[in-house]
Amino acid sequence: MTNPLLSISLWFSNLLTGWGLPSGLVAVILGIAGVLITCVFVLVLAVFLVWVERKVVARFQDRLGPNRIGPFGLIQPFADIIKLLIKEDITPNGADRVVYNLAPILALAAVLLIWAVIPFAPSVLGADVNIAVLYVVAVGSIGTLSIIMAGWASNNKYALLGAFRTVAQMISYEVPMVIALLIPVILAGSMGMSEIVNDQKIWFVLIIPVAAFIFLVTSIAEIGRSPFDLIEAESEIVAGFHIEYTGMKFGLFYAGELLHALTIGALFATLFLGGWKGPGVTLPYIGPFLGVFYLLLKSFLIYFVIMWIKYSLPRIRIDHMLAFNWKFLTPLALVLLIVVAILHKLMVTLEFSYILYIVIMFFANIVTFFMALNLVKNYASNTRKNLGKPPEVVVIQTNPKIDQPSPVTSNS
Amino acid sequence: MSVEMIIFLIIAVATLGSALMVVTTKNLVHMALWLIVVLLGIAIFFAMLSAGFLAVAQVVIYIGAIAILLIFAIMLTQRTTQEAGSSFNSNWRWGILVSLILFAGLFIILVNWSGISTTPPNLDSRASVADIGVALVEPNAFLLPFEFASVLLLAALIGAIYVAWDRRKV
Repeated sequence: MTNPLLSISLWFSNLLTGWGLPSGLVAVILGIAGVLITCVFVLVLAVFLVWVERKVVARFQDRLGPNRIGPFGLIQPFADIIKLLIKEDITPNGADRVVYNLAPILALAAVLLIWAVIPFAPSVLGADVNIAVLYVVAVGSIGTLSIIMAGWASNNKYALLGAFRTVAQMISYEVPMVIALLIPVILAGSMGMSEIVNDQKIWFVLIIPVAAFIFLVTSIAEIGRSPFDLIEAESEIVAGFHIEYTGMKFGLFYAGELLHALTIGALFATLFLGGWKGPGVTLPYIGPFLGVFYLLLKSFLIYFVIMWIKYSLPRIRIDHMLAFNWKFLTPLALVLLIVVAILHKLMVTLEFSYILYIVIMFFANIVTFFMALNLVKNYASNTRKNLGKPPEVVVIQTNPKIDQPSPVTSNS
Repeated sequence: MSVEMIIFLIIAVATLGSALMVVTTKNLVHMALWLIVVLLGIAIFFAMLSAGFLAVAQVVIYIGAIAILLIFAIMLTQRTTQEAGSSFNSNWRWGILVSLILFAGLFIILVNWSGISTTPPNLDSRASVADIGVALVEPNAFLLPFEFASVLLLAALIGAIYVAWDRRKV
């Protein structure tokens, strides 16, 4: 046995069988242990993320960030957690108690559920299902549901407004996201995460950069981070759906959001950056740990990009948000899907060499993207030209001879 | 009793109980939330029958799209969420009769069906998605129903655009 993680699980299952437990029960216990370990690992990461987030935003804003408690302020998140835990837990009057308390739990659970299908290393993954990509979309819709529940159950008009905005945003951005997710699925010929990772002899981001771009943009919209933070826009609707939540209930939403950003990073890394792949992952003993390390490294890279975007861009206006999705991202994703599907089938049937395949696919992506950009540019410049002209007005002149109004169209 | 059997029983009871709550709850939003539990239960049944694709499609379409749209529509009609009237009307006896007849019919058909006692074939879960895809475009399989459903959905889509179209701007 050269895989320490597999050896541990084998040892544990042998131990339980040795105690005389039936094999079905052992499988269930092992499954539950796996779920617990993954959840704890990810949640401990989330504690660390609070610190990363605060430090990075501080550097972006030319501040130092937390630096009082512990080295580099590393103990700060624990102080934050203790503060959240001892705060008064308020349920507003007229709130729908059960739904109100269920919403933050669902919000965090929906994020944790995604980690079930992310392969950490060749042998370390929760569920090797063949529909993992679709599963991610399905779990995302449960996240949307939790925000709607929070917004409705709070009995607060700002919370309800936040929930309305959430529905508009998340359902809209799900469309190009699903289409963009289909593109690596076409390349790998499977919806399973491990197949997609195994298929990446070269990172998919180099073959289908535009699909990766669409996925990143739509995921940021799904998390509701700036520039798509309309769902909790503090200057417009105070805090949106979580306005009434206090203490650890707010903490769950906050941890869910931070963790969702890292989860998007892990998904992006798995789908487009080769997942756990990197030098030395096939080595005995340290291979699986290196795989986990590479996956986390890539995830944090994308997490950094998401933070970078969040703290550099202002909030997008709501009509622009919808127009950007329906008039730019969705058509672009659809056209790209058709182009990639046809080219892939053509080049696989004609047995092109792999290098030629990559080059053609890359340029097809870039050309599609710039054609789309050009269309948008032309449309925008036309709109601006028309804006410069004085508007066409209908002047009603009274004719003194007939004494009846007659509409005359003029350009002045 | 195997583990799967226990899970099946728990999920079955939860699904049926939630279905009962859907028709008896007075709060409309709660009704929609109970409906989501029912749909989730059905998705779990699909997963237990190793039909992973159908399970996930159930969640994506019914919970992710239809149920959320339902809640959205209910929330936009604020008044009705607080309505406390009875959820039964004078035809409830006929409703029970029709549903019992329907249940009896389905029950008899399923009991007489030969497939009810055979053990399910061990499906290769790796290939099932590709099989569904091929079956949907195979003329001998489901090409015609698939195309009919597509045309129906397209018509609904065009209809929605037609209804929402602002003619003044054209």
